[in-house]
Amino acid sequence: MIAHASGRNYVIYLTLLMGYFLTLIPLPEWAQTFRPQWVALILIYWCMALPERVGVGLGFIVGLLLDVLTGTLLGQHALGLSVVAFVTIKLHLRVRVMPLRQQVFTIFIILLVERLLALWSTGAAGYPTPSLWYWVTPVIGMLLWPWIYILLRDTRRRFHVS
Amino acid sequence: MVAGLLSISLMVLDHRFNTLESLRSTLSVVLYPIQYLASLPTLLSESASEAITSRDQLEEERDKLHTDNLQLLARLQKFEALEAENMRLRALLDSSFKVGDRVLIAELMAVEQDPFRQVVLINKGKTSGLFEGQPVLDANAVVGQVTHINPITASVLLITDATHALPVQINRNGLRTIALGTGLINQLELPHLPNNADIEVGDLLVTSGLGGRFPPGYPVAQVVAVEREPGRPFASVIAETTAHLDRVREVLLVWTLTPDRPQAVPAAEETEVTHSDVQRAPEANE
Repeated sequence: MIAHASGRNYVIYLTLLMGYFLTLIPLPEWAQTFRPQWVALILIYWCMALPERVGVGLGFIVGLLLDVLTGTLLGQHALGLSVVAFVTIKLHLRVRVMPLRQQVFTIFIILLVERLLALWSTGAAGYPTPSLWYWVTPVIGMLLWPWIYILLRDTRRRFHVS
Repeated sequence: MVAGLLSISLMVLDHRFNTLESLRSTLSVVLYPIQYLASLPTLLSESASEAITSRDQLEEERDKLHTDNLQLLARLQKFEALEAENMRLRALLDSSFKVGDRVLIAELMAVEQDPFRQVVLINKGKTSGLFEGQPVLDANAVVGQVTHINPITASVLLITDATHALPVQINRNGLRTIALGTGLINQLELPHLPNNADIEVGDLLVTSGLGGRFPPGYPVAQVVAVEREPGRPFASVIAETTAHLDRVREVLLVWTLTPDRPQAVPAAEETEVTHSDVQRAPEANE
């Protein structure tokens, strides 16, 4: 049973890969600051749905690869996403039973933590503080959460990943 | 907990030391397909728009290129004589002179990097012989310098990044200063000029070559605003880059060739051209 279920792990990796694409695809100049934290959102979903399979370790690796892809300080996203995975796993029993409208606020806090950690690490490395638009992405991620949740839940059910 | 400590130590190592370059470049090769696939929509739409260009447009473009070429050739005739004269004079003064610059053309990859930093990815890497700190230009002016080199790609830090500083000189009077990046696209600031410095709106800034990284005499930016407040020790000067950093598609990588300090130059490639016309005459005050 377990061997059968773990064979479906590729669905998780494929959705994370989609997150990478969405992060890398070029957008017009004005839209760049509004790009949501796709990888973090997808990781939160999987941590919430399958906490026994997706955890801090995967968050760390996914973040490290994201660092290489986007050319940030090696470890910046790794730290952010491992903390995101950790917090989500701690909260998953409580958040999972909430209605979507209520979940959205917890997601906002988690995304905000990720942004804050990224700000600390870039600040420690000596980069200047970005403009206030920096904080708009968690809001957009929060608004997108219901759609991402439903989309990924249907994907998970379609491919019987559990 | 462990992951947090590990990533913090990784960040410290990456920031302070150079030991993680190999890890980064290995991972970047593995991840190159993802970056390539992400840039594919842009590539496809570009080739599609090229394929459906009308005959009229092509003819128009050809005519324009023809006239441009004629004008450039006419200018070049005079340039060669001037270059020879310049060399002779420098030899008389016994000062070192540049033999020329070797230039390699690279294309930007349509891949997004961190939106709060001014970094771009180009499609040439270690296999083309790039080196760290190599100057990157476009057809008009200085663009930035190479920071990370991976086997097939390299990242270029633009001159407008907030961590970038560039030694420049005002072309009109030779006043030297440093141009700092602001983190905003196409904008530089010159914070170290005193209130009585001779600088005006419209002045052209060129590289001074004092940092040792950029060859001297390349245009960098044009001054767009000078504010002198009597209460402050320094004037606030804003300059706009001559290169259109937000629109640039192709960049030139430069190897400076000097007779006394020969640098490793990569084997000839198809895209490589040896320009001598990017080399500029020295400033009048030298």
